[in-house]
Amino acid sequence: MRLLTHNMLTCNIKGVTKGFPLSIEVQKLETKETDFNPDFLKNIFPKLEWKAFHDAALSVGLNDIPEQVDPVMLEDSEFLQKFHHALLEVHLEEGALICPETGRRFPVSKGVPNMLLHEDEV
Amino acid sequence: MADGRRANLLRTYTSTPHQKKSLHRQTSSPALGLKGHIVSAFHGHVDGKTGSELQVEEDDSSLSHYAVADSPRRRIASIKLVARHPEVYEPCDDSFALVDALVADKGHLLERQPSVCLEVGCGSGYVITSLALLMGGGNGAQYIATDISSIAAQVTRSTLSAHGVEADVIVTNLVTGLEKRLAGSVDVLVFNPPYVPTPEEEVGAAGITAAWAGGDRGRTVIDRMLAIVNSLLSSKGWFYLLTLTANNPGEICSIMKKKGFASRIVIQRSTEEESLHVLKFWREDVKDVGDNGNHSTFSNSLSAKFSRLAFWR
Repeated sequence: MRLLTHNMLTCNIKGVTKGFPLSIEVQKLETKETDFNPDFLKNIFPKLEWKAFHDAALSVGLNDIPEQVDPVMLEDSEFLQKFHHALLEVHLEEGALICPETGRRFPVSKGVPNMLLHEDEV
Repeated sequence: MADGRRANLLRTYTSTPHQKKSLHRQTSSPALGLKGHIVSAFHGHVDGKTGSELQVEEDDSSLSHYAVADSPRRRIASIKLVARHPEVYEPCDDSFALVDALVADKGHLLERQPSVCLEVGCGSGYVITSLALLMGGGNGAQYIATDISSIAAQVTRSTLSAHGVEADVIVTNLVTGLEKRLAGSVDVLVFNPPYVPTPEEEVGAAGITAAWAGGDRGRTVIDRMLAIVNSLLSSKGWFYLLTLTANNPGEICSIMKKKGFASRIVIQRSTEEESLHVLKFWREDVKDVGDNGNHSTFSNSLSAKFSRLAFWR
């Protein structure tokens, strides 16, 4: 699971108001090199919740993602490389995502988060 | 990976015919169990295993292929079967019809430049992988695939990775957990639902049953999806839905029309067992640039056509 995926997920248990961002519990990380595509990064940038991305990067041990960001930085190739790496190359293979409101744990197994809810949570 | 010649894809496949969703329903015996039936039908090499282990094959030489090619003599792309599991639905006529519909609409899709593509119920991963390859892969779009089965999610992951496609795979019920962040963002939504009419209690049941069991008229899961399409799709979003005649596609179009969506049939295909349609929906108030025809009147004629089909059935 990439941090891109993490940025799209919320806890949707009945009664939870925001359920975002989910905190990340790391058991196993993998880094997989992927093609650098600035267009993709520019497309996805406006859709990201940056603060959540920044915090997620920290929780997987990346401290070079700035907390504040400006679209003008998308022209800076050094920034784009770091952005690319954190967003797309670091994979949470094993671990969990945890709801900030309820503490509900969504397991991540073999790189896939399981967001299925129990019957009493719907 | 990107190959401009993929415009004229036709499908050839050399595999043993897979079992259609409809046949699952007709031939499955609760006493025998679905898995056992499928294993004996076309999974000889996994027979005798518990079924909990994902079969991943690196060497495809002895395996069936899902091949996408423009002709046998000029194969330009193929989706290979790299992973399989007795509890994961394998691509069959319905999956092929859906991919053929995307292929038929490729020009429009490329022109539209989607940034978020989502497949719900990805199963083997055949459709989402085909879509990503069709779009050229590195064109700046994000691909997301969900399935209620964690085994299917793993098979999808293997299929994606074998074809060099990057996508987010999530185990969930339809889009639970994604609906807030993806609201109004999905440009291409693809759904090959469990469409086989079954007793209601079979819907969402364990294992492969969830891949085909569709409840009353095969509409239970389809209708759940129809209820959320409006919030998911972007203003320029398109929704591709595979249906069976028994699902009453005309009525589906009417339901969507009330929500402000126009529709057309992209592909219509009949086999001995089932008659399939791939429907495409888009917001009626958005001029559908890059598509043909007068769509506002098209949906009316579509409803009429389906009434006729329903009559003949």
